[in-house]
Amino acid sequence: MIEFDWDALVRALPFLAQGMVLTLELTGLAMVGGIALGTVLAILRLSMPAPVPQIIAGYVNGLRAMPLILVIFWFYLLVPLFLGRPVGAFSSALIAFTMFEAAYYSEIIRAGIQGVPRGQLQAALASGMSYPQAMRYIVLPQAFRAMVPILLTQSIILFQDTSLVYVVGLRDFLTAANIVASRDQRPIEMYLFVAAVYLVLCASASFGVRILQRKSAR
Amino acid sequence: MNYNWNWGILFREPFLGFLISGVQTTLVLALTAWVLAFTLGSVLGVMRTLPNRGVSAVAAVYVEVFRGIPLLVWFFLWFFVVPELLPQTWGRWLKRDLPDPEFWTAVAALGLYTACRVAEQVRAGIQAIPRGQTMAAEASGMNRVQVYRYILLPLGYRRIVPVLTSEFMTIFKNSSLALTIGVMELTAQARQVESFTFQGFEAFTAATVLYVVITLTVTVIMRQVEQRTRIPGLLSAKGT
Amino acid sequence: MIEIDQIDKWYGAHQVLKSCSTAVAKGEVVVVCGPSGSGKSTLIKAVNGLEPIQGGRITVAGEVVGSTNLSRLRARIGMVFQSFELYPHRTVLDNVALAQMVVLKRSRADAVAKADGLLTRVGMIDHRMKFPGQLSGGQQQRVAIARALAMDPIAMLFDEPTSALDPEMINEVLDVMTELALEGMTMMVVTHEMGFARRVAHRVVFMDEGAIVEDRAKDAFFDHPDTDRARAFLSKILHH
Repeated sequence: MIEFDWDALVRALPFLAQGMVLTLELTGLAMVGGIALGTVLAILRLSMPAPVPQIIAGYVNGLRAMPLILVIFWFYLLVPLFLGRPVGAFSSALIAFTMFEAAYYSEIIRAGIQGVPRGQLQAALASGMSYPQAMRYIVLPQAFRAMVPILLTQSIILFQDTSLVYVVGLRDFLTAANIVASRDQRPIEMYLFVAAVYLVLCASASFGVRILQRKSAR
Repeated sequence: MNYNWNWGILFREPFLGFLISGVQTTLVLALTAWVLAFTLGSVLGVMRTLPNRGVSAVAAVYVEVFRGIPLLVWFFLWFFVVPELLPQTWGRWLKRDLPDPEFWTAVAALGLYTACRVAEQVRAGIQAIPRGQTMAAEASGMNRVQVYRYILLPLGYRRIVPVLTSEFMTIFKNSSLALTIGVMELTAQARQVESFTFQGFEAFTAATVLYVVITLTVTVIMRQVEQRTRIPGLLSAKGT
Repeated sequence: MIEIDQIDKWYGAHQVLKSCSTAVAKGEVVVVCGPSGSGKSTLIKAVNGLEPIQGGRITVAGEVVGSTNLSRLRARIGMVFQSFELYPHRTVLDNVALAQMVVLKRSRADAVAKADGLLTRVGMIDHRMKFPGQLSGGQQQRVAIARALAMDPIAMLFDEPTSALDPEMINEVLDVMTELALEGMTMMVVTHEMGFARRVAHRVVFMDEGAIVEDRAKDAFFDHPDTDRARAFLSKILHH
């Protein structure tokens, strides 16, 4: 039988915790940025004349056709090229995740806006509101209320997806564990621990989303 | 932007060969994993709809566990951890005697993970069928197996063709994670071209175009499936 | 033929059937009526075990409706639903032939011959290759009756067969049912069609709040209802 060496895990905990901080930072920032950019994309796509909606559709569908790893590689290559100076892996990963997730968020938000009965927008416009006002005060609040559970579920996926920064050597939770695993030759303990932590966090988060969903369904 | 363009590099050997073999590996990996995911996912999805609580709970736990852990972690678990936890002879077989262990590990990781997503769709598809259909089938004397075989599965699958399409596309994209355990699929080959030539822009463009082509092909094929399975008189499989 | 003996059913704390007893003799047509929510649909679905009961017992042709013989019993009792419940992914012909083949194990040729005969009888033979979604409600319900008859039932159950129909289609369905009754089919019919009841029924069962309030010969029920509740129900349904 294999002998587990949990001491190695305990010793590695501070290092792993640093990794988790990076994972959470990346998730939080990409979520805020992705939802903001996604909202803008969705509204422009629904309200602007051609060719703006077509361009946005191309952006969204293009990104959705690509594997996230490839997107991460792309931005790792492109961002320094565009800025003309080297940037850290964190910045390029953050930009990659924000742009990538925005494509997914924008589809959710677009569906949410379209789910608000058209009469609501017309009523708001009829009362003299401008289009942005009608969006801001009438349509978006209703749309977001219905979308919150889906946006949160997408954010749990984002949280899991950030583990892919492993490919550019950024020290997130998984990469930190990977470093310890090969340094101490304890892959079993490390990866089981990582899996358990992810499972507990994601399962409780999706449990929370389900409760929220049930509440808002009432 | 200082960059020396050289698109010709893509069509020169050995780099063209790299990309072609990358596409092949991506296709074979994703399709093999899809067969596993679709089969197991269907079984799990049906289990979730059975009245037996124990059977349904087993499937629910599977879905919860697989969905709660990132796919990349699954790749590492299947590659680094599982062979160690198995009896020694099995572990040795996995690591030494199995031809192409990285590829088969990737199939397992990708297929078993995607199965939980397919399972959720199959469950939703079956549960969305009005209860009267089951009642009508039962009232004519069909047993449970017949009700699933003739009524619930044909209707349920039709209903979920659009979401299965998107899961099917996702498995091609997700197969790129196999590069982390050394499978030389499309993204890995593009990266290899980059590291040999420093022409990253061209290499990644080629990979992107190839992925878009794969996605479009899947869309076209699945649209055919949707057309073929469309029920006359119903507006769409999504409606009632 | 059908004996219902003091059956009880609860949904949680709410009792939907309160010690209901009645019987349908061979060749008899019994109409069950009552305000909505009175439990009449639940009662008729209990006869072939689609709604499980918690107390009392039901026998059909001398056999107790239980869990072991359900499939065999159901194959011998035809049922027609309020919302038709034709299988949308199967043609009209297949809808009538399917259970014959998979439950009664008839050959395809026999099943089709039987189906064609019945479709002719209900006036739907010209539509045999159409799908349910391409038919009107009245046409669908006639196919559903043919589907139930294809199993050579010893009795037929009708659960509000005309409630989901537009007024102009109600008669085409009632005509088929009247013809069946005149041929001596044993029938239990939940319906609000009092004209049909007056013409065809032998007995009327009136239910309210889960209990059978009156169970009497047709003329007695219509001419001198015993209870205020039945009188109120009749006046509401006859003069509006």
